Amino acid sequence: MGIFDKFKLGLSKSSKNISSGLNDLIFKRKIDKNMLDELEDFLIQSDVGTESARELREKFANTKIDPKNSEKDKIFKIFSSYVCEILKPLEKNLENLNENKPNVILIAGVNGVGKTTTIGKLGKILGQNNKKIVFGAADTFRAAAVDQLEIWAKKINADIIKSEEGADPASVAYKSLEHAKNNNFDYLLIDTAGRLQNKKNLMDEFKKITKVIKKIDSHAPHETFLILDATTGQSAINQVEEFKKITPITGIIMTKLDGTAKGGILLAIGKKFKLPIVALGMGEKEDDLQKFNSEYFSDALMHS
Amino acid sequence: MFENLTNKFEEIFSSLKKAPSLDEAQVDEGLRKIRQALLEADVALPVAKELIKNIKPKAIGQEIIRSTTPGQMIIKVVFDEIVKILGDTNSEINLNAVPPVCLMLVGLQGSGKTTTAAKLAKYIEKNNKKKSLLVSLDVYRPAAQEQLNILGEKNSIQTLPIVKDQLPIDIAKRALNAASLSGVDTIIFDTAGRTQIDLSMMNEIKEIKSLTNPTETILVADSLTGQVAVNVAQEFKKAVDLSSIILTRVDGDGRGGAALSMKFATNTPIKFMGTGEKIEQFDVFYPDRIANRILGMGDVVSLVEKATQDLDEEKIKKTEESLKSGSFSMEDYLNQLRQMKKMGGMEGVLSMLPGVSKIKKQMDNANIDENIIKINEAIILSMTKEERLDPKIINGSRKKRISSGSGADTATINKLLKQFKMMTNMMKKMSKGGHKDGIPPDILNQLK
Ligand SMILES: Nc1nc2c(ncn2[C@@H]2O[C@H](COP(=O)(O)OP(=O)(O)OP(=O)(O)O)[C@@H](O)[C@H]2O)c(=O)[nH]1
Ligand SMILES: Nc1nc2c(ncn2[C@@H]2O[C@H](COP(=O)(O)OP(=O)(O)O)[C@@H](O)[C@H]2O)c(=O)[nH]1
Ligand SMILES: [Mg+2]
Ligand SMILES: [Mg+2]
Repeated sequence: MGIFDKFKLGLSKSSKNISSGLNDLIFKRKIDKNMLDELEDFLIQSDVGTESARELREKFANTKIDPKNSEKDKIFKIFSSYVCEILKPLEKNLENLNENKPNVILIAGVNGVGKTTTIGKLGKILGQNNKKIVFGAADTFRAAAVDQLEIWAKKINADIIKSEEGADPASVAYKSLEHAKNNNFDYLLIDTAGRLQNKKNLMDEFKKITKVIKKIDSHAPHETFLILDATTGQSAINQVEEFKKITPITGIIMTKLDGTAKGGILLAIGKKFKLPIVALGMGEKEDDLQKFNSEYFSDALMHS
Repeated sequence: MFENLTNKFEEIFSSLKKAPSLDEAQVDEGLRKIRQALLEADVALPVAKELIKNIKPKAIGQEIIRSTTPGQMIIKVVFDEIVKILGDTNSEINLNAVPPVCLMLVGLQGSGKTTTAAKLAKYIEKNNKKKSLLVSLDVYRPAAQEQLNILGEKNSIQTLPIVKDQLPIDIAKRALNAASLSGVDTIIFDTAGRTQIDLSMMNEIKEIKSLTNPTETILVADSLTGQVAVNVAQEFKKAVDLSSIILTRVDGDGRGGAALSMKFATNTPIKFMGTGEKIEQFDVFYPDRIANRILGMGDVVSLVEKATQDLDEEKIKKTEESLKSGSFSMEDYLNQLRQMKKMGGMEGVLSMLPGVSKIKKQMDNANIDENIIKINEAIILSMTKEERLDPKIINGSRKKRISSGSGADTATINKLLKQFKMMTNMMKKMSKGGHKDGIPPDILNQLK
């Protein structure tokens, strides 16, 4: 099974409703107000948000549609081109990350979204071709967060720099960059504690982490990836907005798309913030991270 | 995101002329906006739709309290409905079983189960004076068992020692044995996160449930959850028959629509909420707090509440004054009847009038038919202003007109007029301090 087959398989599970819904809607009746209402409803149920749903509805309303199967592709095309128009320019390839040594990747996100797991998965991908990976265990708050990362490090053959629970996360980040630099590592992935974007002290703490590592390398962190959970509702927009204020976000990774959540909010976020999208999490195992491709994403959103 | 909803409402309704009560057009327009507000607050679409459908008939005909707008009234009606749906729960955790009493936490990945397990143990210790044993059945996520045991140690809660490579079902058996040996009252089982479509993982919690026979099977759900909330709650309910829900991350900025979705779709009470990462940041669930967030219009709600209260106070004051001055009119009587309806009958109003504790007792025993209030209201509403101020002018032909307007027969109208006359007489007496004997028995009979 190819990488994209798996991606489609995973995503298709989550998009059954939207697709069969569209089928029923579009091809059994002609576009009238009721149908447009329902179309909007289906979009809303994939968490795209009311604004994007309305916009897409207008696109459909303004297109003359002959209610025959021959027009089917046309509808899917409108949807797909709308999605791709927004998301295609945002595709970010992990293979094309800037050549820094070490390349420092800082991971951010609210509690429980999948930051630590994603670091494990990213470590696996980036560690191909004998690249040297080290993890910085800067989540010093949550119980056993360090143990969790340590198990991931073992699993994918990465090194790990850690400190005792309750230590200053910025100091752990500093220490790990020092270690990465002195030992010629290719990538440093820094795990951080989950923090809700409306907690000022925790957001300040995050800012401090970014500042402290700049003391060693003024360009670091070279990447800051924000992890979003596909089951999250409209709050995801606020999450992006607030983290972006603290530090430039260079990539978004959306997790838990193996569930029934459709991740439609990515559309709204892409449209609003135009931030690069790196990958999608499709499960809890080390290989369950798929690179982001807008065609497949829109396809999987539509078809089952 | 939605601060402007109130303004949008004002816009829509400013063009509509003020009416005494909400009409269908106003309600439709208002509910359309409300629907959007609900969706933006992450209320699941089918739930939002159903809710709107149920609210509509309740909103039409709703009296518009003076100094509020139709939009504000609709918001208040919706708010009350949301509180009603979220509420009517008790926050008692069910510990009624032969010890060790088992509680089981289930939910999606990262929803907050492990943290909540520790919080719940602490809560039970404090409020129910029972000791718990914390047991992690999460053998999948790296260091998940360690996480729970560290939380236990830090907070002096017993935990089950970790044995490597043991299956969840075997850990559960070991926990049951350990608990009966050590005499612990309660076992709290933390389980691994799972998606509701993962059949083998869903089977696992079914097996654990039938082994441990928990008094509570609790869904731990993130308050930031989007549209999937309904499906998640329904599927977990189907699999393990949830007995309650605990909402986490209420300290976040989420609008909390997921709470409404889950409660509405599964009718499973939401008992507690997590308000932070620390163990003591755990609270019983407050429906009005979440309802406020979902609508995001707390100001409007309190404004309407205040207006209602002011009006009630004013009306009572007016009645009091009329009483004192002896100018009690049909108009006042109508006011009084409406107050009665709102406050759950005669008793409510009478108890607010000065010096009537004795009368109140009499009324309690008198068994007054609440239906009469409604009929009387209809009769008075069918009178002209003139007639209300001076009922003496109501002659035969006027009675006929009132009868056809109110649907009440002439006999009933006569009864009301007689009753009113007696009432005013009594009021006069009362205002002179002569109410020691309470309501004359013939008036009470009239009201029966
Ligand atoms: N189904 C599914 N589960 C995931 C995915 N990514 C992570 N998880 C699970 O989500 C839960 C939380 O993941 P973590 O990696 O611990 O999340 P975190 O953001 O580091 O959490 P905190 O450090 O506690 O804030 C774990 O149970 C993971 O196994 C995914 O793509 N799909
Ligand atoms: N802010 C906040 N964080 C919480 C709350 N409950 C749990 N968390 C955090 O959410 C993350 C996942 O929690 P955990 O208990 O490990 O979830 P589990 O995977 O369901 O067992 C951790 O970072 C917790 O600290 C809460 O009520 N508020
Ligand atoms: Mg983590
Ligand atoms: Mg856990």
